[in-house]
Amino acid sequence: MLIINCPWCGARPEIEFRYGGEAHVARPADPAAMSDQEWADFLYNRTNPKGLHAERWRHIHGCGRYFNAVRDTVSDFFVTTYKAGEPRPDIGESGQ
Amino acid sequence: MVETTATAEPLAHYPLDALAAGTRAIGAARLTALGPVSRLAFRGREAAIQAAGEAFGVALPREANRRNTANGRHALWLGPDEWILLAPGADPAPLFAAIETATTGLPHSLVDVSARSVTLEVAGSKAAYVLNQGNPLDLSLDAFPVGTSTRTLFHKAEIVLSRITPDTFHVDVWRSFAPYVWEMLEDARRELA
Ligand SMILES: [Zn+2]
Repeated sequence: MLIINCPWCGARPEIEFRYGGEAHVARPADPAAMSDQEWADFLYNRTNPKGLHAERWRHIHGCGRYFNAVRDTVSDFFVTTYKAGEPRPDIGESGQ
Repeated sequence: MVETTATAEPLAHYPLDALAAGTRAIGAARLTALGPVSRLAFRGREAAIQAAGEAFGVALPREANRRNTANGRHALWLGPDEWILLAPGADPAPLFAAIETATTGLPHSLVDVSARSVTLEVAGSKAAYVLNQGNPLDLSLDAFPVGTSTRTLFHKAEIVLSRITPDTFHVDVWRSFAPYVWEMLEDARRELA
């Protein structure tokens, strides 16, 4: 079973977690000032990289908290996890 | 969490009455439905955490997945701002009032969830083995020592699992899931009969 490191609880089995989509997608401060295309980009368009991806996870059947992870979308390897609100760790865009 | 005898509140045992009556005695993994317990869900930040712990009589643990115990009461860490408070007896009202008074003016949430769940006890030399049939956590004493409590899964049901002694675990499960968890535990311990 895939083991995921919750920043609060430590190493836990993947079935306790839920995926939460790409991390660090900030809601625009003034949506009314945006074009439809810009708003659509915020709502729907994600980077979908082949390689390292910063993404949200929730330890739903554990501490309940959302946190962020950097995962390699090719190997499913979790490079690191960190608490929500912390900046994306300085790790390259691909490879390990 | 708290061992009391079933007395006043028939609802406390209701989902498991028939199942518990028909269970087999298996010494290596005894299965018991425990009596009514007062359960309060507390959420809050720094100032309220301290006050709630003082009113409850048990400091709220700040370490992940730990349980503090004093005078038959337990405070379980469930999340960085979330605890469950357990006290003997079926009437949470006085306790609820005491904590609410102590935390007046401090942002927090306190909810009486006594009737939401029931607690099962799995005890015996094979207790961890039986629980591991439906739970993937490392239940060795090193990784899951006495005093550990955590939300997790048993098969497809969410539970709060606590290690009370090296060979005694409490499984707190939402009422409507209790028969499912009970029967999966029965299935797991069948080979030990
Ligand atoms: Zn966690």
